[in-house]
Amino acid sequence: MSKVLRKIRAKSNRVFIYLVLIAAALICVIPFLWMVSTSFKSMREIFMVPPTLIPKRPILDNYPKGWGYSDFTTYTKNTVLLAATATIGTVFSSAFVGYGFARFKSRLSGLLTVVLLGTIMLPSQVTIVPQYILFHRLGMIDTYWPIIIPAWLGGGAFNIFLFIQFFRTIPRELDEAAEIDGASSLQIFTRIMLPTVKPVILAVTVMSLVYHWNDFFTPLIYLSTTSKYTIAVGLQFFQSAYGNIQIGQMMAVSLVTLLPVLVTFFTFQRYFIQGIKMSGLKS
Amino acid sequence: MLDEFRMKPKRFVPSTAKARRDALRFYFYISPWLIGFLVLTLYPILHSFYLMFTSSTLTDPGEFVGLSNLYYALKEDTRFLVVFKNTLYYVAMFVPASLVLSFVIALMLSQRVKFLGLFRTIFYLPYVTAGVAVTILWGWIFNADYGLLNYSLSLLGIQGPDWLGDPSWAMISIVILSLWTIGNNIIIMLAGIQDIPETLYESAQIDGAGKFRCIFTITIPLATPTIFFNLVLTTIGAFQLFTQPYVLTNGGPLNATRTVVMHLFTNAFQYGRMGYAAMIAWCLFVVIMVITLIILGSSKKWVFYGD
Repeated sequence: MSKVLRKIRAKSNRVFIYLVLIAAALICVIPFLWMVSTSFKSMREIFMVPPTLIPKRPILDNYPKGWGYSDFTTYTKNTVLLAATATIGTVFSSAFVGYGFARFKSRLSGLLTVVLLGTIMLPSQVTIVPQYILFHRLGMIDTYWPIIIPAWLGGGAFNIFLFIQFFRTIPRELDEAAEIDGASSLQIFTRIMLPTVKPVILAVTVMSLVYHWNDFFTPLIYLSTTSKYTIAVGLQFFQSAYGNIQIGQMMAVSLVTLLPVLVTFFTFQRYFIQGIKMSGLKS
Repeated sequence: MLDEFRMKPKRFVPSTAKARRDALRFYFYISPWLIGFLVLTLYPILHSFYLMFTSSTLTDPGEFVGLSNLYYALKEDTRFLVVFKNTLYYVAMFVPASLVLSFVIALMLSQRVKFLGLFRTIFYLPYVTAGVAVTILWGWIFNADYGLLNYSLSLLGIQGPDWLGDPSWAMISIVILSLWTIGNNIIIMLAGIQDIPETLYESAQIDGAGKFRCIFTITIPLATPTIFFNLVLTTIGAFQLFTQPYVLTNGGPLNATRTVVMHLFTNAFQYGRMGYAAMIAWCLFVVIMVITLIILGSSKKWVFYGD
């Protein structure tokens, strides 16, 4: 008797779990559907009560009109260029630095590792004001350098940390054997180490691309010429200028700017998940 | 002479040569980060420590004014205490809610559910897209008259508030939006829970422990290091809230969503008051440090670092 009861309880527990998970999944997805739906609606239909999820008379107007309102083609080009340059720098320099931390020792290596990990927790606002003054003195305000240079100088402690974690799992015999064969340290790094850490390279690449695509604060403070804006900054100005009036157009443009992120995510989601998982490893 | 004598045996040991070569290589490889750290982190930290005691602007180095920036903040800048209060209010609501929610969802996902990969992808989606575009989307969802949220509530017979227009609801709206993007916390939690060895559950079940008890005696204690990791990073991140209130409400209504970082942004990059902004940054840093240290200090009592 109690066995049957227990089975029923286990079954109802599972039903409950699925119900909660499905509800949570719907909450995650419905806003996007709402975005798509609104982007195909006319003004009249947008302000209709009750709202329709599938537009009665879908229109395409919002896309060309919204896109043409501001120079979104230029913003897209800028963002692609910036995200690509910053990501290449991030991947190369964080792999390079990570290899150094994982493989070699010096008197200060312990201390410097602690410093490195400490900077993960350092709020960037503490340094942003003097960093801005520094870039101002170097004449780099309203250029992409303040975003690109940090990417090429290690690309963030978090990414370095991911590489350190992974390099440590690779047996030292691999380096030593190559060294005996007469390979130089740089050759070992580029020809043996980099190919073996491909999963981390991909994880850091996709995470960095999305990070720079979405980043708002840094381009907002450093860029002032409209033609240099990134998508995030352009969108925000579009929104504050247009207010809540042209919601259909806002949704259309926002959706288009999200597409590259969505495509990247769905294609490489395995690497995103891997990157996040690795970050939690050594807590 | 004596020193040289002492050095002698060491000098010819091959390991020293290797150690020296290793050290050289260490500095060679970490040099990009080291330069970046010295120039873009350490120097700015020291510089901003000096700046906060000055009346510096972007073009004018200003002069040393002692603590008058702090005095101004506390006595004359009516927004200063407000932005700290707002930020603390946000942290106090968002951090616990985010931890509980992400843990519960991760726990459910760990129960050998079908379509685990699909659920994980869907939960991670809002996090990956988080930015200006998604914030604008939520501005529309929060719309009092035509928004999706109030329409959904009306189906349940609830009259929703004017989310972004009402000072007492505006920050709660931002918490809701933030809770929508906790996908990475869920994945970190899930990884932590999945790392717990299966054998522990098996032996507990042999001892007659039910599912529910296993959660409290095995899962939660063994997941505390992951929870702790999430707690620290989520708290530090939450204190830096900027994009959502900047885009959604621009700090309004009646400064209800103006955060510390927004105040810093306005002073530094709109008014050009670099000295004062540096002081705000240090105040934020001290608050974050104190709270992080409290969390670290408490961790000995509740974080379980097994054998």
